[in-house]
Amino acid sequence: MSKRIEQEPIIRVEDVVAGYGDVTIFENVSFEVLRGEVFVILGGSGCGKSTLLKNMIGLYRPFSGHVEIDGEDIVSAEGAARLRILRKIGVMYQQGALFGSMTLLENIELPMEEFTDLPREAMHRIASSKLKLVQLEGTEHRFPAEISGGMRKRAAMARAMALDPEILFLDEPSAGLDPITSAELDDTISRLARTLGITFVIVTHELASIYKIADRVIMLDKEKKGIVATGTPVELRDHCEIAWVRRFFRRETASGEVAA
Amino acid sequence: MTTATSSRRGAVLRTTTSERGDRVLELEGRLDASSTARLWRDAMAAARAAGDRPLIVEAGAVDYCDGAGAALLAAIEEAAEQGGGRFELRGLREDLRELVALVAPSRQEVAPPPPPPSFIVRLGRSGIQTGRDLHRLVSFTGEAVIALASVIRHPRRLRMRDTVAIAERAGLGAMPIVVGVGFLLGLILAFQGAIPMKRFAAEIFVADLLGLSMLRELGPLMAAILLTARSGSAFAAEIGTMKVNEEIDALTTMGLEPVRFLVVPRVLAAMAVVPALATATSLSGLLGGLLVYRSLGFPTVTFINRIVDMVEPFDVIGGLLKAMVFGILVAGVGCLRGIETGHGAQAVGLSTTSAVVSGIVAIAVADGLFAAMFYVLGI
Repeated sequence: MSKRIEQEPIIRVEDVVAGYGDVTIFENVSFEVLRGEVFVILGGSGCGKSTLLKNMIGLYRPFSGHVEIDGEDIVSAEGAARLRILRKIGVMYQQGALFGSMTLLENIELPMEEFTDLPREAMHRIASSKLKLVQLEGTEHRFPAEISGGMRKRAAMARAMALDPEILFLDEPSAGLDPITSAELDDTISRLARTLGITFVIVTHELASIYKIADRVIMLDKEKKGIVATGTPVELRDHCEIAWVRRFFRRETASGEVAA
Repeated sequence: MTTATSSRRGAVLRTTTSERGDRVLELEGRLDASSTARLWRDAMAAARAAGDRPLIVEAGAVDYCDGAGAALLAAIEEAAEQGGGRFELRGLREDLRELVALVAPSRQEVAPPPPPPSFIVRLGRSGIQTGRDLHRLVSFTGEAVIALASVIRHPRRLRMRDTVAIAERAGLGAMPIVVGVGFLLGLILAFQGAIPMKRFAAEIFVADLLGLSMLRELGPLMAAILLTARSGSAFAAEIGTMKVNEEIDALTTMGLEPVRFLVVPRVLAAMAVVPALATATSLSGLLGGLLVYRSLGFPTVTFINRIVDMVEPFDVIGGLLKAMVFGILVAGVGCLRGIETGHGAQAVGLSTTSAVVSGIVAIAVADGLFAAMFYVLGI
């Protein structure tokens, strides 16, 4: 089954200026994410990838600008409106951010407990099915500290999907994983995008992942304080007018060597 | 003229002056961290002594050179340049030459560090910081009160399981230490009280002293201080670690307010257990006092009668009320410090420490206010 990307944007980022304290990290960032696509935010260390993500999910408030999720502005939303937006998204944090005092099953059941009236048995069943989606059957009653880093990330993805969000935000999914585990995670992402039609917004700098999963990429730059390139990975590799972006996608260093 | 410095691990420095008057430093052997350390002073002294005469370093016999050796060569070159003389490095192997080039100081001007801010600037900044802290304190208190009110209106929104678990840890878990400390406190207080009272043959009133001070003041105070040490710090560390692990962010993006989720159960649990802990402290204190009282030759019944006579119901109720307020303060401060945690393991340590310190300060201030209030109300 091939993936369906609709031409209708599900996220619209408009003229966002953001940073910490008095420091502006990027200015006038605007882009759209289409429903059903796997959208990758790329850039070197310190260019504000994670900051951009945190502004998109409403964790930080941008200095100015708007982030619309499914037509609603998350920057200005409060109370019930904000909750309605948050229900549409799921977030997987860099280290998983699973609650250490709960088992994996309890972690996934938590949002259901809080936001639905499902009976306990139904919650168990749904939570187990989410674990199965990320190939973690049999780990229901383990605690986060008892499983490996790669499993923890997949469990975090399962938790992010607990309420069947339309958009999943992943912060550096392959950070700290070995290449094989990382590739497995990529497979999971592609499969979920294809079968469930979930829109993914992923912050990463793992080139192998990008070629495999990304429909579209934006590249942020620290010096320019904003987006320097947008397109598919192949477009950016072959046709980007900025030389270092082309080199990045070919894995070349400035002196022309190909990095391993 | 020739002077030589040699280092035990095989590096030799010879300083000579050539016929033309050039200063020559001959280096030989292994230039690693330990041998360079021994040569450094002499080599630099010789380089500076060259002044504006040409300085030549003969390094043909250097067979190994690491970062320290390269740094020495770079430092000699810099000294020669400052002296104003010509510098020449001769005979160094090509591979080592590359290493030295890597270490050589860059010719760019290094910007001086920014001057430290003036007193006025620092005063202003600390003022702004205090203002922000105050703002956070007020908004946190407000959020906590709103969350508490919403839990009272919709009891189903309370995380009952968490609250009970926390109450068990903070309450039952603290019982042994609270009983132990209370017992010793009663024992000591009775002993210390008996000494001056004996002079007036008034030892019988030790019971009055003990009953009033334990039930009204020391029981609640001691229980609250022990709660700060055991649980206030634990709350700050738990929540702080959750903050560092992005778990707080995860809660927020799930639409679960961290205050309702983490702070309300802790505050309610503390509020519920401190009166019980205070009662346990007071009773075990009285038990300790009773031991001393009996050793002074009075029967148990006298002890009980005197206390029942002396202590008014409001002394007990007031003590418990105080204990409850202390519990709210300790838990609230612990949670606030946890939520304020910055990044990294050190930040968790800092917030734990500050939870205990501010917890105890809050208890002292509240106790003072209670004393004044009870005095004004005449109770």
